[in-house]
Amino acid sequence: MSPEKGLGSVSSYLTRRILYAFPILIGVNFITFVLFFVVNSPDDMARVHLGNRYVTEDAISNWKSERGYDKPLFIALNSTGKKIFTETIFFDKTVRLFTFDFGQSDSGRDISYDISERMWPSLFISLPVLCLGLLFTLSLALLIAFFRGTYIDSSAVILCVSMMSISGLFYIIGGQYLLSKLLQIVPISGFDDGIASIKFLLLPILIGVIGGLGHGTRWYRTIFLEEIHRDYVRTARAKGLSEKGVLYQHVLRNALIPIVTGVVALLPSLFLGSLITEAFFGIPGLGSYTIDAIQSQDFAIVRAMVFLGSVLYILGLILTDVAYTLVDPRIRL
Amino acid sequence: MIMRSLRSLLAACLALLCACSDSGWNNPYPSSDDSENIFYGSFSERPKHLDPVSSYSENEAVFTGQIYEPVLQYHFFDRPYRLEPLTSETVPEPIYYDQDGSYLGSDPLAEDVHEVVYRIKIKPGILFQPHPCFALDEKGNYLHHKLSEQEIESKTKLSDFSSTGTRELIAADYVYQIKRLMHPKLHSPIAGFMTKYIKDLGQFGNRLREASIESSRTLDLRAHEFLGAKIVDKYTYEIRLSKKYPQFKYWLAMSFFAPVPWEADAFFNQPGMKEHNLSLDWYPVGTGPYMLTENNPNRRMVLEKNPNYRGELFPGADESDSESLMPYIDRAHYSLEKESIPGWTKFLQGYYDASGVVSDSFDQTIQFNTRGEASLTEEMKSKGINLVTAVRSSISYMGFNMVDPVVGGTSEQSLLLRRAISIAIDYEELISIFANGRGTAAQGPIPPGIFGYVEGENGINPYVYKWAGNQAKRQKLEVAKDLLFRAGYENGVNINTGEPLTLYFDTVSSGPGSKVMLNWYRKQFSKLGIDLVVRATDYNRFQEKVRKGTVQIFSWGWNADYPDPENFFFLLYGPNAKIVSQGENAVNYQNKEFDDLFVRMRSMANGSERQEVINRMLEIVRRDAPWVWGFHPTSYTLSHSWYGNAVPNLMARNTLKYKTIEVSSRSQKRNEWNRPIIWPLLAFTSLIIFALIPAWCVYVARERARLGE
Repeated sequence: MSPEKGLGSVSSYLTRRILYAFPILIGVNFITFVLFFVVNSPDDMARVHLGNRYVTEDAISNWKSERGYDKPLFIALNSTGKKIFTETIFFDKTVRLFTFDFGQSDSGRDISYDISERMWPSLFISLPVLCLGLLFTLSLALLIAFFRGTYIDSSAVILCVSMMSISGLFYIIGGQYLLSKLLQIVPISGFDDGIASIKFLLLPILIGVIGGLGHGTRWYRTIFLEEIHRDYVRTARAKGLSEKGVLYQHVLRNALIPIVTGVVALLPSLFLGSLITEAFFGIPGLGSYTIDAIQSQDFAIVRAMVFLGSVLYILGLILTDVAYTLVDPRIRL
Repeated sequence: MIMRSLRSLLAACLALLCACSDSGWNNPYPSSDDSENIFYGSFSERPKHLDPVSSYSENEAVFTGQIYEPVLQYHFFDRPYRLEPLTSETVPEPIYYDQDGSYLGSDPLAEDVHEVVYRIKIKPGILFQPHPCFALDEKGNYLHHKLSEQEIESKTKLSDFSSTGTRELIAADYVYQIKRLMHPKLHSPIAGFMTKYIKDLGQFGNRLREASIESSRTLDLRAHEFLGAKIVDKYTYEIRLSKKYPQFKYWLAMSFFAPVPWEADAFFNQPGMKEHNLSLDWYPVGTGPYMLTENNPNRRMVLEKNPNYRGELFPGADESDSESLMPYIDRAHYSLEKESIPGWTKFLQGYYDASGVVSDSFDQTIQFNTRGEASLTEEMKSKGINLVTAVRSSISYMGFNMVDPVVGGTSEQSLLLRRAISIAIDYEELISIFANGRGTAAQGPIPPGIFGYVEGENGINPYVYKWAGNQAKRQKLEVAKDLLFRAGYENGVNINTGEPLTLYFDTVSSGPGSKVMLNWYRKQFSKLGIDLVVRATDYNRFQEKVRKGTVQIFSWGWNADYPDPENFFFLLYGPNAKIVSQGENAVNYQNKEFDDLFVRMRSMANGSERQEVINRMLEIVRRDAPWVWGFHPTSYTLSHSWYGNAVPNLMARNTLKYKTIEVSSRSQKRNEWNRPIIWPLLAFTSLIIFALIPAWCVYVARERARLGE
């Protein structure tokens, strides 16, 4: 296939996937609407925002009308023509999302600004955790694969399964207790700007890496063991390649597809952060943004975050497919 | 040798990460702040509103209370709580007029009163904090009031504005804020309630709404007048009420009635400001001792001393003593702590100056003596930590829906049933198990510390308790069973129909943690043979059920707005019933005698006559038992030895100005308590290295063997 033809096929594939994304995003948005409004009526939202004391019906209807929550949810039966669909909360709140105009939260904050501010602390944790985690889990998995069938392999598998079985919360509380409370080496929680943030990030990153070691190592070990028995590995060894060369140049490269799949699936969570980690370490990231919004019944933030999550996930899937072609030339889009 | 090198390397890395500080490695603050007079505290929930027109929650008052200054405040030490002037010259006395405009004296009958006037004179010379909304150019024009959208484009925080200014506080600022209560876009939670009292306020709200519909421009409230609030002169204004409401003075101590300068609205209402998150709700403008200089509720809120603050004498201090001028603390840092464990650890490490008691660490912190009095454990005492306790002005109760055919109504059967349940539910046990003893079983709706609460034998609820051994003892279960029998149920079975009695308890589901407590409630009812069905739901549905009156039994609570019995009795006042007026009477209790007494009591001044009326009201509601009176929670606050004036004042919100910090003592303790221990890390690293050596040897041996083959 000529490079032009290859490029053309990639661009037509991307166009196709982006077009597919629209109905998916509308569907996700629709489900979010249904789920949110089943639990919270616009009246409930108004009560949460106005407070529970002394609130009058007048105040509630004013609040709703100011924010457009006095319209019908999906179908405006009292309207005619296209207004049946356009004069609704669903249409009103959905259309702007597709231009990435998230507007203002129900409490009056600019959502895009808040996301752009809170995204960075989340990334400061999730990116190092991902990179260091990959480095350590892949190295350990390769090491264990090298010692396959020995007592080191069995011990490592037992250790991995044990680490997998422990709740992530335990790592956080245990890590905070050990390193911050007992040894008093790093701050237990908090955040700062610039270089000063490093001392706050050390512990969550360390715990994030250790917490993912058991699962990651065991998963990659399984992948490597599947590869390690294949003919090409035997051929490589027969050619006199060192075991290190075999593992890094052949086994690792051929095991990249499942690794890439797993890594790209994590992309949305890199931006969207981790609720528990951020809550325990006082990191001002995006992790708690959606949960806080659900608790305060701020629908504007909920729909924006769900939409952003869906977009990132779709983007992640597209990137995965593109990455497949890079790691395995036999795959065509 | 290797060990020594490793240790040096590790120590160097960690020291670098701690930015070469000589304070503890785990210090979450810059070491340069160690010698600063800063208060360190935490908050667990983002404040929703900082605009005084809509701010109502306690977590918001932590900030607004230090920034905004209503005309009155609660005396810091005096109990029962007493109002004193803050920005006013005196505590205003109501002036009563009849229909003809004749003066009625100081305490007339409520029905004779046609108009009440509060004339308030504020102190001259009070200045607002520095703020861009006051900045003027050489010609005296406002610098930042007519900004173009391009000029606003680059602004995302107040510090982006080049200059600030100030001006003197005048009476018009208080009147302006009262008008803001009715602004159609500000949604003040008390707007509807105040229309019942402040003259012409409701109609004023309608006029504003019409004006806002007619004009696309932002409303200028200065151009709209109303009868209820008038400027008399530069420093004097009047508030006119349409009926006698002695409790109104307490509202004058709340931020709803704090001054807001018109310039703030003119500044923040410019097109483009809201889109850049610049609003009064985010950047408050006040005359108080502190101003908000950093508002990042996702991380940290910082209050700094207002440089324009006039200074206020510490209560009881000599006027000549300049060191007694408050505030004492220069800055206050509040960090977001969503989880209790990190917050508690930081307190123990000295990085927070004060803290509540964390449930998980309660036994580590508090011990009770044989008389049930709480004190600190030796571990806490050794750190110099102090404990202060105070019964909160609130009540947590179990309500019977009085329109329910089984538990409600005034029939003898339902009355006896409610009394039997009131005895059976052992709130002393609940306080002990679920609140670690932090509470006092309630004898009626009024908490201790509020006028009307009676201590000792005369203050007990005789339908549930008896006085024995110099204390209130809950009646025996046999008494409850007997009452239940007289109500027509023998061991929970209806004597006439033979059907077991099943009651329904509505509550808010708060996850698996609440299951234990719900089981405890079931157990209490089962003592009488009553089957309790728990209907746990989310808060929205629960509130809807209460509003519609479809609950049977439910648990709820109330936290006082102000220290007056009216603020508790109105929860049982008939016209306030949920199903009648969506008021705060959630149990829909109706009793004409009680209602008449309530109307009388609420307009009386505190004194023996009022106490007598209150006693009669208490007797009625204890007899009718629309609530199982539940308990009044006790707040436990811990503070370090360097934190001064940690006096509990559960009514005042502006208490930061009274507090002191001994900076050198804090710094010394922090260093003492936070010495890093690195040998376990070194040992662990060495262990890993030693564990890898055999693996490396095996690898090398294998490779050699394979290549040798």
